[in-house]
Amino acid sequence: METSNNNRETILRSIRANLPNVEVEHPGIRAFPRPAGGLKTLFEQRLTEAGGVAHDVRSVAEAESKLKLLHPEAKVICSAVPEIAGTRRAEKVRDGHDLADVDVGVVRAQFGVAESGAVWLTQEDLVVDALGFLSQHLVVLLDPKQIVPDMHAAYRRVRLNESAFGCFMMGPSATADVEATLVHGAQGARSLNLFFV
Amino acid sequence: MSTAKQVEPAIAAELFIIQDQIHEPMHDRFLWATMQRRHAEAAAIPEWEELREIASKIKEHTLTHLDHYLEEFEANATKRGAHVHWALDATDHNQIVYSILQDHGVTDLIKSKSMLQEECQMTPFLQQRGIKVIESDLGERIQQLDGQPPSHIVFPCIHKTRKDVAQLFARTIGTDPNNEDPHFLTEEMRNNARPRFLAAGAGMTGGNFAIAETGTFMVCTNEGNADIGAAVPPLHIASIGIEKMIPRVEDMGVFLRLLARSAEGAPLTQYSSHFTGPRKGGELHIVLVDNGRSRRLGMPDFWHSLKCIRCGACMNTCPVYRRSGGLAYGATYSGPIGVILDPTFDEFKYSELPFHSSLCGSCSEVCPVKIDISDQILKWRRVMAGKGYLPLAKKVSFAVAGHVFAHPEEYHVVEKAAGPAMSYAPHFLLFNRTLNPWVRDRELPQPAKKSFREWYLANRSKHGNVQQ
Repeated sequence: METSNNNRETILRSIRANLPNVEVEHPGIRAFPRPAGGLKTLFEQRLTEAGGVAHDVRSVAEAESKLKLLHPEAKVICSAVPEIAGTRRAEKVRDGHDLADVDVGVVRAQFGVAESGAVWLTQEDLVVDALGFLSQHLVVLLDPKQIVPDMHAAYRRVRLNESAFGCFMMGPSATADVEATLVHGAQGARSLNLFFV
Repeated sequence: MSTAKQVEPAIAAELFIIQDQIHEPMHDRFLWATMQRRHAEAAAIPEWEELREIASKIKEHTLTHLDHYLEEFEANATKRGAHVHWALDATDHNQIVYSILQDHGVTDLIKSKSMLQEECQMTPFLQQRGIKVIESDLGERIQQLDGQPPSHIVFPCIHKTRKDVAQLFARTIGTDPNNEDPHFLTEEMRNNARPRFLAAGAGMTGGNFAIAETGTFMVCTNEGNADIGAAVPPLHIASIGIEKMIPRVEDMGVFLRLLARSAEGAPLTQYSSHFTGPRKGGELHIVLVDNGRSRRLGMPDFWHSLKCIRCGACMNTCPVYRRSGGLAYGATYSGPIGVILDPTFDEFKYSELPFHSSLCGSCSEVCPVKIDISDQILKWRRVMAGKGYLPLAKKVSFAVAGHVFAHPEEYHVVEKAAGPAMSYAPHFLLFNRTLNPWVRDRELPQPAKKSFREWYLANRSKHGNVQQ
């Protein structure tokens, strides 16, 4: 409790005095039927619509070479995953500000959501939150077996009480604020390449 | 009654429409295209209507147990290390934010989009006290540079052309006035904003939902600007309306499936971020704001407006909004949702807004949480009429219509007379701009040769049972 103890009581008292005189129960959420299979295809399709690109990668070595091919100019590659070394380890970064020069951030998502093409990334996955947002480009690793069909399944899987930060990230940063024209890389990542590995 | 001047949406809308042949048609086209994307996404989900019903019921359940869920949210957020503050009204909110900034010696603030901070007029309050406040959402930044409030709750500068933005940027941040490419303009602002994110002593966000079960709040953006503001500066302050509570984590699945589809016809926004306590090495303050919401909860006709999740679908579908532009409403919230929210802040100032509607009902049909928006607009008209706030033109015509509709024999006389009168009356009599700015850009339909009643009596009365 902070400075506004009286405010708290005033607001709660006002709410109690004004509560609508109806009893509405929580409706519950039934399980919606989903077709089994085809999740990876749908995920890829949705990711593409969101401006991301999915790649099938057979090995860690192929992931490394693909990364170089996609970002030949990259000087600073900050990696939060053991598979890819990068030029800087995320675990060594003390403060978000130190990521301002990152060309490519490499992270592993816990799972993907087929109905949107989004991936779930937590503070633990990013190591430093800012890695997910200050990096000019992102490479996200995802185990293709870890795709859930929809947001209902996604929220059954997240553990919000175990992490200070978690984000469903659907492709790169985007805006359509100037004449409704879609532009990627408004403030966050300019591109998002996803490696199935 | 307030001392504020009444806003005059019809006159402001007319100025938007007549400025040229570019802005209003473009505005209409963009928003309608957004609406069509929304329809396609909704149609692709078999349980869409059921989701709307569930979302509506969850909101009603939460609002009718709001004290309980607020206490649960506060307890869980506090347990996770967040500082929770309670603000009675706008000034209180601004004062709390200012004192947090002062305690941390913050002079530079970077903020993401928040309609609540807009509602509280936070930016001018802080600026007057020497805090530098920068909007980080591209659309909001454009509006801030132009000295205008957002005209749409999701697309803040949707009323501007690329030329407008190019000229504004040339004037304010020194870009080439002839380069109107949205890619160029977005890139210029990205480069302009980066150093400000890194220099800011605090980042501010709003909150789309607050989950009682875990003390989490979440923020949806497409640019990732809220995330940079929350992840880089050492201090994060979030302003959250008390009506944003959601009971459980599981409930979020329903709301996130509805929100971005309704708002922009996409399955999600690019970033749906969840904050549960401060990040590693950071500090988090949450300001829970009432500002009239608890009082609105006690208004039997209007408390359902508290269910709003600020998607903007009612604005995109509204034929009046699409032609008026959002600034015409002269209020924080525009469009159909604004028409029913704004008068709860100031009945007199916003007494004209309920008449800024055709009552077509499309807003209620697309609302993802099933707010009875058009019914509430009609109820607000009654409130305004009861208080004598009706505009003069409407007082005159409503009085005549009321009398005529109450006396059917007179209606038939008037009906017979009106057709020929429309054919011969000089245009300026029907299109009286002073009394009715709406008709400026419209044509009346051709009067029918016969009234429906005349046609019916001639063709059907032998088979039917019409009293002559």
